[in-house]
Amino acid sequence: MTETGPAAAASRRVDVLVVGAGPAGLAAAARLAAAGAGRVEVLEREPAAGGVPRHCAHGGFGTWRRPSTGPGYARLLTESAERAGAVIRTRTTVLDWVAGPCRALTAVGPGGPETIEARAVVLATGARERPRTARLVPGTRPAGVCTTGELQQAVHLFGQHIGTRAVVVGAESVSYAAADTVRAAGAEVVALVTEHSRAQTGRIRAGAARLGHGVPLLTDTVVVELLGHGRLSGVRVRHRDGRTAVLACDTAVFTGDFVPDHECARRGGLVLDPGTRGPAVDGSLHTSRPGVFAAGNVLHAVEPAGTAAAEGALAARAVLDFLAGTPWPDPGPPLTVEAPLRWIAPNRVTTAGPPARHVLRTGAPLTRPVLRVHQDGRLLHSERPALGTVLPNRTLTLTARWTERVDPAGGPVRVSVG
Amino acid sequence: MTGTVTEAGPLPRRTYDVVIVGAGVVGCALARELARHPRLGIALVEAQDDIGQGTSKANTAILHTGFDAAPGTLEARLVREGCERLGAYAAACGIPVERVGALLVAWDEEQRAALPRLADKAGRNGCPDTRLLGPGELYAREPHLGPGALGALHVPGESIVCPWTTTLAYATQAVRAGADLHLNTAVRGASRDGEHRLTTSRGTLRARHLVNAAGLHADSVDRLLGHDDFTVTPRRGQLLVYDKLARPLVRHILLPVPTALGKGVLVAPTVYGNVLLGPTAEDLDDKRATGSTADGLAGLRAKGRRILPALLDEEVTAVYAGLRAATGQEDYRIAAHPEQAYVTVGGIRSTGLTASMAVAAHVTGLLAAMGLDLGPVREPDPVTMPNLGEAFPRPYQRPELIAADPEYGTLVCHCERVSRGEIRDALASAIPPRSLEGLRRRTRARSGRCQGFYCGPAVRELLETGLSGQTREVRRTTAGKPFEGGRG
Repeated sequence: MTETGPAAAASRRVDVLVVGAGPAGLAAAARLAAAGAGRVEVLEREPAAGGVPRHCAHGGFGTWRRPSTGPGYARLLTESAERAGAVIRTRTTVLDWVAGPCRALTAVGPGGPETIEARAVVLATGARERPRTARLVPGTRPAGVCTTGELQQAVHLFGQHIGTRAVVVGAESVSYAAADTVRAAGAEVVALVTEHSRAQTGRIRAGAARLGHGVPLLTDTVVVELLGHGRLSGVRVRHRDGRTAVLACDTAVFTGDFVPDHECARRGGLVLDPGTRGPAVDGSLHTSRPGVFAAGNVLHAVEPAGTAAAEGALAARAVLDFLAGTPWPDPGPPLTVEAPLRWIAPNRVTTAGPPARHVLRTGAPLTRPVLRVHQDGRLLHSERPALGTVLPNRTLTLTARWTERVDPAGGPVRVSVG
Repeated sequence: MTGTVTEAGPLPRRTYDVVIVGAGVVGCALARELARHPRLGIALVEAQDDIGQGTSKANTAILHTGFDAAPGTLEARLVREGCERLGAYAAACGIPVERVGALLVAWDEEQRAALPRLADKAGRNGCPDTRLLGPGELYAREPHLGPGALGALHVPGESIVCPWTTTLAYATQAVRAGADLHLNTAVRGASRDGEHRLTTSRGTLRARHLVNAAGLHADSVDRLLGHDDFTVTPRRGQLLVYDKLARPLVRHILLPVPTALGKGVLVAPTVYGNVLLGPTAEDLDDKRATGSTADGLAGLRAKGRRILPALLDEEVTAVYAGLRAATGQEDYRIAAHPEQAYVTVGGIRSTGLTASMAVAAHVTGLLAAMGLDLGPVREPDPVTMPNLGEAFPRPYQRPELIAADPEYGTLVCHCERVSRGEIRDALASAIPPRSLEGLRRRTRARSGRCQGFYCGPAVRELLETGLSGQTREVRRTTAGKPFEGGRG
């Protein structure tokens, strides 16, 4: 059931509190409720559960057997959590942690403030795109500048007018989804602009945009200035060779460049991974704080919704073990990456079970890369995860078959490109 | 009797006793001061679509003690007086002020040697409570300060304030007490036939007395009246605003020691719980050049890295550039022209926010001296401004408020924790916002780290529908079909 009314009491106890009703949180809640974990409650600050897929009005969600659109997938996950007996409370914002050894969070909603104590907490707060300000793009501050998340909500959830000519900054999968949304809203895509030397999406998709819709892709190009007073009038771009040009437009969509929404994790004093900027977790998704787990794109911004949901289920298993008395694992050595790799998740090696796989990102294209895993100068593992070229902003994976060779008392485990 | 706020259409045909050109912090403060005299007919005219749209919205948001002013200047006196007046006014109106104190941090021997002189000057400016700190005490007070600081001068009275609520409180009180506010009204010409006839973008406006509080454009307006006393050179100040998660990094306003090379860059907390880094100081000739530049931002970050290294790891939630009205003279340019029944209030530099109420009182005195009959005083009804400050309870933190009205517990902007109730109140206020930017300044909605990724369209929906009923997504949710897209 979904509750939006006042909480029964200002201070309550639940068995498991899940923060965030996106794919990871909903999947964790469904699994936990179905397994009889007791009262499982999901807190969601938005008016509806489902997370980011709610406004991804395109396919590519669900499973191979049950393909779905984003909204369909969000509905499926929500229904499945509710059917299992989890309580989803929308319009309820988690504010902070209650100081002390117990696991209690404060929250507020239309019913007022409340304190919720839980035997276990799962953080599934997701990720967001970095806006223009965080990217330090100079220029004026006109209206008409947004992220994909804002664009998709405006068009697909609110039916708002978004302007007539849009420049899409980025050329990864989400950028092409943004371009589709611009067209769905009846506006023109002036160009996609990427600092990289090629699109970071499938060749078919990139080709379809360029040839099918006539959208130019400006590679090796960065947006160096936003122009216009009141409304955006154009963006100045600069090519790697120094040439500059002004693209006339009234809308600029900054896509990709996702970061974990880690406020709740930071307020709870959780150790963050310097690469992902999300909470550091081991293969079973234990954070540094006993009783607190994390799953989904707060760990790795971003992987597909299906990956987040699978992680939610994985976290549920670890929560059940914890509730049954399995002790909290010692921190264990951190798992770090060397440039051009940017981050890896999970990023702690503990005695708890290894993950099905690790996900990584590279900052530069890698052709037939070999990933090597070292600890204290000792080679633990090497593998060739892909036969082709691995691009920035695309998923790169590493198996966890080497985990048992890690010395739990040793130094950091390093992953590098050989 | 409440005044009217207009944004389009013809202007009233009446002759006002006083017309104030420019609804920045100074113009609004003056309108409020004059509105204490109920017999006066007052109009505040503004070229843009909202109050406080120029320099008043893009400053460092500091309530100065005036410790480093040039002693004996008008600015020094008005800043000192204004600081006291605004401090008291803020407390009465619910404008957030935090007396965090400032540290002038010395990074080399020359700067350290300058500190005693600054303490001396502060004493002459009425700030006897400054104190020199050695590195030990400095780092104890600011543990995240970058390495290499040699000492500091502590100025305990320096405070941070909400510049936006201050301007809005003045204007709200003025309008409620009977002053008219005409927005989108650019003054293009001025003539006199016994009284002032202003030609504006919305027609003619008549006034017995005229006050020029046009900020960056004060020189242009002055020339319309036949004066060529000064030229405003816009001095651009670019600033970076860091996310609330950076706030624990800094406790005081960290000021540079002023040297011959200029004032330099400061790091300061804001009452909203952010951290500011800036400003640059670039003399320009374009009064619309409110853009930031790659060089400017890179320079600020380099300086910020030295002052507070950990700050650079945090997210930037706003980049803005304000233009200060520099006139080539280190003092305000306030001049009475009795023969024209005209007062110029020019060259109000970065201290204008602090000095605003004192400037208003001073100018009111000048108007009275040139023959304006102020009439009796009736103190205007007090205003209580919505609290945007983190040091005071925000609506979402007030159970009694939420119990009375659940809209205050329904958060729309999550990063800044802004409720539907606050947005509704802003839309229903005496001077409502006309754009998302105006709404942002009144409520903080959309000014957090996501910049609208989560809340942008929901906030826009509230602005555009004026909260007439529930938003579309809400309607869908209650209809049991939350995910039907509007289009596509």
